Amino acid sequence: MFSEIAQYFRTEALPHIWCPGCGIGTVTAAFVRAIKNLQLDQNKVVVVSGIGCSSRMTGYLDFNTLHTTHGRALAFATGLKLARPELDVFVVMGDGDSSAIGGNHLIHAARRNIDITALVINNSIYGMTGGQCSPLTPHDKRATTSPYGNLDRPFDLLDLARAAGATYGARATAYHNQLLTKLLVNAYNNPGFSIVEAISQCPVSYGRRNKFKTPADMVLWQKEHAVTRGELGGEDFLIGDIFKAQAPEFVAGYGKLRERLRGGSADG
Amino acid sequence: MAERKFLNGNYALAAAVKLAAPEVIAAYPITPQSSIVEKLAEFVSNGELEADFIKVESEHSALAACYGAASTGCRVFTATSSQGLAYMAEMLPYVSGNRFPVVMAVANRGLAAPWTIWGDHQDAVSMRDHGWIQLHVENAQEALDTCLQAYKLAEHPGVLTPVMVCLDGFVLSHTEELVEVPTAEEVKGFLPPYEPMHAVDMNNPTTFCIGAGPDVFTEYKYSQQLGMEAALELIPEIAAEFAEKFGRNHGGLIESYSCEDAEYILVSMGSVTGTARVVADQLRSEGVKAGILKLRAFRPFPIQAVSQVIKRAKGIGVLDRDYSYGNEGALATEVKAALYGSDVRPSVTNFIAGLGGRDILPSDIREMFAVLERSVSQPGSVKPVNFVGLRWQR
Repeated sequence: MFSEIAQYFRTEALPHIWCPGCGIGTVTAAFVRAIKNLQLDQNKVVVVSGIGCSSRMTGYLDFNTLHTTHGRALAFATGLKLARPELDVFVVMGDGDSSAIGGNHLIHAARRNIDITALVINNSIYGMTGGQCSPLTPHDKRATTSPYGNLDRPFDLLDLARAAGATYGARATAYHNQLLTKLLVNAYNNPGFSIVEAISQCPVSYGRRNKFKTPADMVLWQKEHAVTRGELGGEDFLIGDIFKAQAPEFVAGYGKLRERLRGGSADG
Repeated sequence: MAERKFLNGNYALAAAVKLAAPEVIAAYPITPQSSIVEKLAEFVSNGELEADFIKVESEHSALAACYGAASTGCRVFTATSSQGLAYMAEMLPYVSGNRFPVVMAVANRGLAAPWTIWGDHQDAVSMRDHGWIQLHVENAQEALDTCLQAYKLAEHPGVLTPVMVCLDGFVLSHTEELVEVPTAEEVKGFLPPYEPMHAVDMNNPTTFCIGAGPDVFTEYKYSQQLGMEAALELIPEIAAEFAEKFGRNHGGLIESYSCEDAEYILVSMGSVTGTARVVADQLRSEGVKAGILKLRAFRPFPIQAVSQVIKRAKGIGVLDRDYSYGNEGALATEVKAALYGSDVRPSVTNFIAGLGGRDILPSDIREMFAVLERSVSQPGSVKPVNFVGLRWQR
């Protein structure tokens, strides 16, 4: 029920701009439920977004929200978290922000293991600009810039983040939205850089070019191809907790360094 | 036979690029440019255009890829808008400094913050000083024609300077008009294949972008200015040659309308010029001697051509769809500077309008002319910079 989470929305900014059948609304609700379940102080939550359909989320959420430039949401968030470590910082990104124009920031946020929770809404396409191929568009799938099928291979963002040093990675889908809420709670509780990939549907810019007749077909695809263990078939992918690791967290380390140096200068 | 089609500005531009047949296209999607390169991706995919289409991961990479491709001596194309152009800022002087004749379409859009997808000229105007030629167009046909002229201009051995072909976001990029698309055969006679003066050559290795010390850096910059000066001569010549071959002339550096005996002239750039012409006609029928000066070339800036047209008028208005914060609209500064060397200097009034996609209505332009008349009849009564149609003001 929307009424349960309405307090977290700027209801005067609704209705949203997402197309009928889009999964971002479902993912948004799952995200907000995670914040509700965590009982976070609404005024101490910051949500940072970049550019694209996913990034419109910050316009509708009643937290401290920053709508930033394309690809740089994590860089803005890094500055914010360092300046105000007590705030709960979430970053919402789409295909472009996380894996293309902003890919560099993703690996460096992961490398620093900064205590930020990143939510990547992967809809396999650049939706807002009208359906161009992204680095998350699966091989052979169609987009306006690959009308006869995508030659490139897509990133596995969680593999990328793990290799770069992130300490928590998880995946769910718009269909598995209750799981998504749980994973976002886990991600928040990890003291380091956490990334949660939400596989979502873009019926308008991706589905209709790739033999999905209705949005429901896309959600069904998520249901059928998301697996929790075992052999992965052609289009299958894992959901749930994907990796966990231990590493020093950046902001805490920075605080300790500052303390040590301040102590040193007082002594000297 | 040339074909007449309903095309929006983006598709008209894509049609021109297809005719110019670049070997490499690299771009990252951004509104309102995206459909230019989508159309080109389609041409490449279905075999209508023999080119490599690189789906890069950012605008910065798009222009870097164009730079790499251009260094091998091939013809290249990219397109962008707004933040994408801003993100290319580092690459812009790399391309111009290496004298790579890249042609780029800019579907003009305002710059954030606040975030906007709508049109104004802030993106291109704020990239003024990076050594690129900037040609601004008025309609979809001019976008097509100017793109073909841009390649000829950029690749001229005396110019070797990259060109931005600027078309207004949405008003031109997404609005369909009847456009004549020439045949490849016709274009061949106008735009010969590009013959690079310098290119990567395995048998004769060269270096691009050397580290230039204080002993030679100035000379590199001076040579870029020589390229711009050559462009100043060539833009009207190429436009005239184009007119002879294709029967269409959108002006060279400028296009003046009813300016010969005009008492009041409005200087504008881009699509609003069409509206301004209609208003000038109405005012003429009412006895007001109104004229319109369209700036087609923003860089190189046509100082002589502009001052020749406007210096005999009484009051000059400059319509800026941009702002140089802390001063005035960028065009206004340029137009005033153009008058500095003139024996007579009419008063210049700056109008700021059409920011972030706000419509500039015929009534707005009528009001601008009314202000110009006041600026002459009651000197000192008019502010030098006027934000048109402000919804609130201090």
